[in-house]
Amino acid sequence: MDVIIIGLLLGGNYAIMAMGLQLQYGVARIMNLASGEVLVCGAFGAIWLFTAYSLSPLLALIGVVPAAFVVNWAIYWLMILPLVKRAKTQGQLEVDCILATFGLSFMAIGILLAMFGGEFLAYSYLARPFEILGQPYSLNRVVAFLCSTVLCVGLYLWLHHTRAGLTLRAVSVNPSAAGLVSINVARTSALAFALGGAVSASGGALLSMFLTFDASTGVMFTMKALVIVIMGGLGDIRGSIIAAFILGLTETAVATYIDPGLTLAAAYVLFIVILLVRPEGLLGRPSS
Amino acid sequence: MQPRPRGFVQGLRATLVLSRAERRDVIVSAALLLAAALLPLIATDYWLSIGISIASFTVLATSWALFSGPTNYISLASAAFFGIGMYMVGAGLPYLPFPLLVLIAGVAGVLVSAVVGLATLRISGVYFVIFTLGLAELVRQVVAWAQHVMGASSGLYVLISISDPTLYWLLLGMATVVYLVGWFIGRSRLGFALRIIGNDEVVAVHCGINTARAKVVLFVISSTFASVTGALLAPRYSYVEPSIAFSPFLSFEVVIMALLGGVHRLWGPLVGVIPFTLLWEFISSKFPTQTTILLGACFLLIVYFIPRGVVGLLEDLFRQRYGALKALFKSGGGGRA
Repeated sequence: MDVIIIGLLLGGNYAIMAMGLQLQYGVARIMNLASGEVLVCGAFGAIWLFTAYSLSPLLALIGVVPAAFVVNWAIYWLMILPLVKRAKTQGQLEVDCILATFGLSFMAIGILLAMFGGEFLAYSYLARPFEILGQPYSLNRVVAFLCSTVLCVGLYLWLHHTRAGLTLRAVSVNPSAAGLVSINVARTSALAFALGGAVSASGGALLSMFLTFDASTGVMFTMKALVIVIMGGLGDIRGSIIAAFILGLTETAVATYIDPGLTLAAAYVLFIVILLVRPEGLLGRPSS
Repeated sequence: MQPRPRGFVQGLRATLVLSRAERRDVIVSAALLLAAALLPLIATDYWLSIGISIASFTVLATSWALFSGPTNYISLASAAFFGIGMYMVGAGLPYLPFPLLVLIAGVAGVLVSAVVGLATLRISGVYFVIFTLGLAELVRQVVAWAQHVMGASSGLYVLISISDPTLYWLLLGMATVVYLVGWFIGRSRLGFALRIIGNDEVVAVHCGINTARAKVVLFVISSTFASVTGALLAPRYSYVEPSIAFSPFLSFEVVIMALLGGVHRLWGPLVGVIPFTLLWEFISSKFPTQTTILLGACFLLIVYFIPRGVVGLLEDLFRQRYGALKALFKSGGGGRA
């Protein structure tokens, strides 16, 4: 029971982090391997605001999210768009994006190391017990879970019930066809990329309430987010959410019953199973 | 492919027939190899150790480019296979002789890369990249866990002395093997198939190429070289533990060096390895805290300014000059592109 609840709480936070990558990869078609670093930047932002100004991480979201949006918007226009224009094929673009975002992620790690040093950072916020079904859990995990649920639901409703969300989904289905019905694909992709970055950063700020971070943990989050997105199916937010919960539960179970050092191995076993059994993902469309 | 023994022998013979330019290339390469082999006789210990780094990265980057160059599948698994090789030697040394362990490391590389290749290379390239990105960390976690369960300590002492010149010559021999294999693949049906896959995988399928098999075979060859290199270098470390053997940094260095040199020529990676190793030696001694940020800068530099590597840059330059000369004299004569 313990494992299930902790797994679900963790899964909720994984969902938000996968959602960011889903927007960037599913809609903007940019394989962003710096997504984990964006998340770590969000977490460091929250940590810094808390330790320097004792600002609650929930208030910090108000500052962190727009900042991440603007930075990711700029990254798309300045760095990604030239690659999109240069690439002759989708495969070439993918290779270029992978290498460029790799470069960005190393730059980000280097800058964070220079600013904050290499040690693990954490702070104590709402570290009070909170009872679910008679068992105590720390309140910050519950609050983070609720916040990310609100964000996920909000994002889902926005995507499915507004005109802007509709354009995003159209680009996700087929960028060239979206262009034919007078959707500005470049702008929409930039919006999706920036929004994805903002969502990743908010995930980092929420995770920082109960996880410790150091400058180089980003790649772990990137890999987990990638596994979730692929497991859930590209371009499908509901699939990602289900996959996030599966990963959260699996990881918690493995950490509890086998060894806490094997969490990535657990994620990769799920990844292999999905690749072998259902490569298009749980709810994904088979690709052409 | 239907069995055609006679055709195969003929094909083999045809592969080995050399044009005049190729015979010249062979002579030049042999001379360069001989010159490189003389290094331990004249170099100081410091320069010999740099020579060992260059030789090992030449093997790693060139064998990386054998697979990733023609296919455009970025593999980030060098560190995983390098670490597997190193660990095989570290764990087996108390029981078995070193040469046998190097062989076992090669076999382990074949097995692991075949499994990874079969699982990921049948589907599109992104999955492969993502999987290889985590492979080193995955193997590290599993090894650390296995050691923990078996109650062994996490570190291993590699107590065998191989002198630096011997190691250097071994690695140089490896590099020669890589070049020969790469040269042979480039002239074989397999190499041709890979180039078609790299240009357009759908076309390759329609040509009747078994794309999955071609990719897996090349990935296995390329990864096996990495694990044998790891095995050979194990004595140099004298103390091996999971976080050293499976350091993911190695994969990124290999990718950068190969791309910096250029992956569409067999000797391209070498052009990247030599300056980068020297530069990195300088950087990590002068600015040890800024290595990450500089590595990132290298990635960005390559993607935005030299996407075809230094070799591509030189070729463009040469072609411009050559084109201008050709226009001037209005003479024919085809250069080998």
